[in-house]
Order: sequence, then structure tokens, then C-alpha cells
Amino acid sequence: MNLDTLRDKLGYQPLLLGVVALLASAALAVVSSATAPAIAAAEAKDLRDSLSDVLPAGLADNDFLKDTVDIDRDGKAVTVYRARRGGELQAVLFKVAERGYSGEIQVLMAVDMDGRTLGVRVLKHTETPGLGDKVELRKDDWVLDFNGKSLGDPAPEKWAVKKDNGVFDQFAGATITPRAVVKAVKGGLAFYAARKQDITAGSGS
Amino acid sequence: MSDNNYGTIVKDGLWEQNVVFAQMLALCPTMAVTTSGTNGLGMGLASTAVLVVSNILVSIIRKTVSDQVRIPVFVVLIATLVTIVDLAMNAWVHELYKVLGLFIALIVVNCAILGRAEAYAVKNGVLASAADGLAMGIGFTGALTVIGLVREFLGSGTLFAQASQMLGPAFAFLEVQIPDYGGALLMILPPGGFAVLGFMLAGKRIIDQKLAARGEAAAAPATA
Repeated sequence: MNLDTLRDKLGYQPLLLGVVALLASAALAVVSSATAPAIAAAEAKDLRDSLSDVLPAGLADNDFLKDTVDIDRDGKAVTVYRARRGGELQAVLFKVAERGYSGEIQVLMAVDMDGRTLGVRVLKHTETPGLGDKVELRKDDWVLDFNGKSLGDPAPEKWAVKKDNGVFDQFAGATITPRAVVKAVKGGLAFYAARKQDITAGSGS
Repeated sequence: MSDNNYGTIVKDGLWEQNVVFAQMLALCPTMAVTTSGTNGLGMGLASTAVLVVSNILVSIIRKTVSDQVRIPVFVVLIATLVTIVDLAMNAWVHELYKVLGLFIALIVVNCAILGRAEAYAVKNGVLASAADGLAMGIGFTGALTVIGLVREFLGSGTLFAQASQMLGPAFAFLEVQIPDYGGALLMILPPGGFAVLGFMLAGKRIIDQKLAARGEAAAAPATA
């Protein structure tokens, strides 16, 4: 029986689909496991770079990637990195996330002991290229507006984009993205204020 | 179909059957990413790579796949391909991925890729299909870049902003900034995309009519 007559048989269709699906899954599984270590390493390097990015230079002399504590926040463990100088706690760094225009926006922030932000960076997002991606520092210096802000400064109701009568700029054509980032940072500061005891407790490893 | 004339393939890809300007395919990614020339170029290049590989694979398996299930087979194939490209770029060219990463997943929804699989690769040989993918991809890249440049120029007063981030510092010379121009926001927003595309389609039609008229004029004395 040649291929042409075989192709029109009823049994050929599900068999073909099954084989294609199997091959596709196998290819994906192989590629996924082959790339997983490299992706993990690249993301760890990104994390180290961005952690060093949000901390003012010279503030810490310890390896804050190792000095961590896991704090429970709404049922999820948040890893808090602690930056020390001469053993004295200077700042804590942690990630917060908020839903943006299309998917989750991951934000890394550094907070000093008085609850002021030292720096904010967007680590990962899937916002619209050219509009919402201005939350990245390399596209726009908007995220620097958070530096030095705390829960009392500006006042809590001013922790919003200008469209919502707050103090932070929104972008032309993208309001939801900056709104989500502002909310994430505000939530992060509130998290620090509420859990300061747990976050600063212990000397770490 | 044995239309393996490479001249025709290139001409179709770049102009006659241009993905955006003639086939009116892939308008969703077109509108979404053409807010700047750099974005358009990045999306175009990534799509071209996927288009060439998918055309080759579809052409290889075209005799095995039956008509009844070809669409799901091609969809699975393209989705797998895009995911592999996404993972591989994330792992091995991480810096580039951080710039282009946003566009990669969008390629799955690019109907031009399935369109070429259906319209060309399933009926033609491997080499011709690869050439068709390349020509269509370059035509698509050109269209996206031109629309992106026009929107960027009118909307934010720059050309190829941030090109050096994507292509490397050597391409920083491409970046142009018009001083003292606030920009017309409308052009960056979706309506601007449709407006620019509309004007370009009209422009292409006028050029095509002029070309056709000239062709007739040139042919007339010969027949007379």
C-alpha cells in the first residue's frame, strides 16, 4: 500500500497527530532540560547584577546573596536579602510582584532601615514594547522617582500615578503598567513596615 | 505547482505578495510592535528566522501529512519551534533575549507563518520553501521597519531609538533625535498605526498603477 492511499485512511489521522505531538513534546523536553541550567545561571547573574544595582555603591560589604531570610507574605515565602556593613544592617532587598497590563511585573526594591526606598528596578515583565516597557531603567529613568520615598512621604493617598491624583508620572499610552509598579512598591514598603522585626531578626548564615 | 523561479519568489516576498502591504496578514503583531523602527526591525528579524525554519520543516514533511489534519500539525510545529527559539535564546544569548524576548512569544500568533506553510511550503520543495520564507521574512521586516520609522518619527521625533541596545554599540550611529520636537502621541497609539498603514497601502496602490500603466505603454507599440 503506498503513502497516497494510506494518507486517506481514518486511522492515519489520529496516528499522525499523535506522532507529531509526541515528537514535539520530546523536542521541547530535550530543549527545556538542555537549557534549564544555562537559563538558571543567567537569571542568577541577572539577580546579582540587579541586587547590586539598587544598592548605593559602598553601602554593603557582605555577600547579601547569602545573607537571606524567608518571610511569609500572604501565604508565599519572600526571600529577603540583607545588606550589611561591618555587621551592621544597612538595607534589605526583596522582590514584589503585581499584575500589570499583560501578566505579572516583577519588581526588586531596596529599603533602608527607616523604611525609605533606596532603589527600585523592574526585573521581569511582559508589557507592551514601546509603551509599558518604560518602567525599565534602560528605556526611561522613571523608576528613579521612587528613590527616597517612604510610606509617609508622599502621603499614602498620593502613592498613585498622576491620573489617580498621585505624585508619580504615567506614560503616554500606558497607565496600567506604572500604576501596577507604584502599587507593588507601596505594597513592598507596607510589607517591610509590618514585618520589620522578622526581617531584621537573626544574623543570617 | 512547480513555480521554482527564485526571481519571482524574491519579487513576491518583497513587493507583489508582501506579507503586510499585499496579503494584509500579521496585522496584530504589526500594529503592536511598530511603535519604533528598532522594535519593528527586531520583530521582523525574529519572525524571519522562524519563518525560514518552519517553511523548511513543513516542506520536508509535506508528503507525510494528510490534508485533513495538516492545520493542527502545522500549528503544533510552529508553536514548538517558537518555544525552542525562546528557550535557546534565553539560555545562550541572554543579553539579546532581554531586548528581543518580548517579541519572541508574539511570533506564535503571527498568521503569516502558518499562511506561508499553507500557501507555499506544503506545495513546494525544500530549497524553494526556504527561499520563500527568507524573501517573505525580509519583506515583512522591511514593512515593519518602515511603518515603525514613520510612527516613531512623527510620534516621538526619533529614528531607530535604542538600536544600539539590540544590535550592539556599533549601530549607535543609526539613532537620530530631532531636537525640540515633542512628538504627536497619536502616532504611537494604535490609531496612528492604522493611519500610517492606510497611507502606505494607498501609496503602494498608486505605485502599482503607475507601473502597470507604464507596462501597457511599453507593450502597446510592440503589439501595434
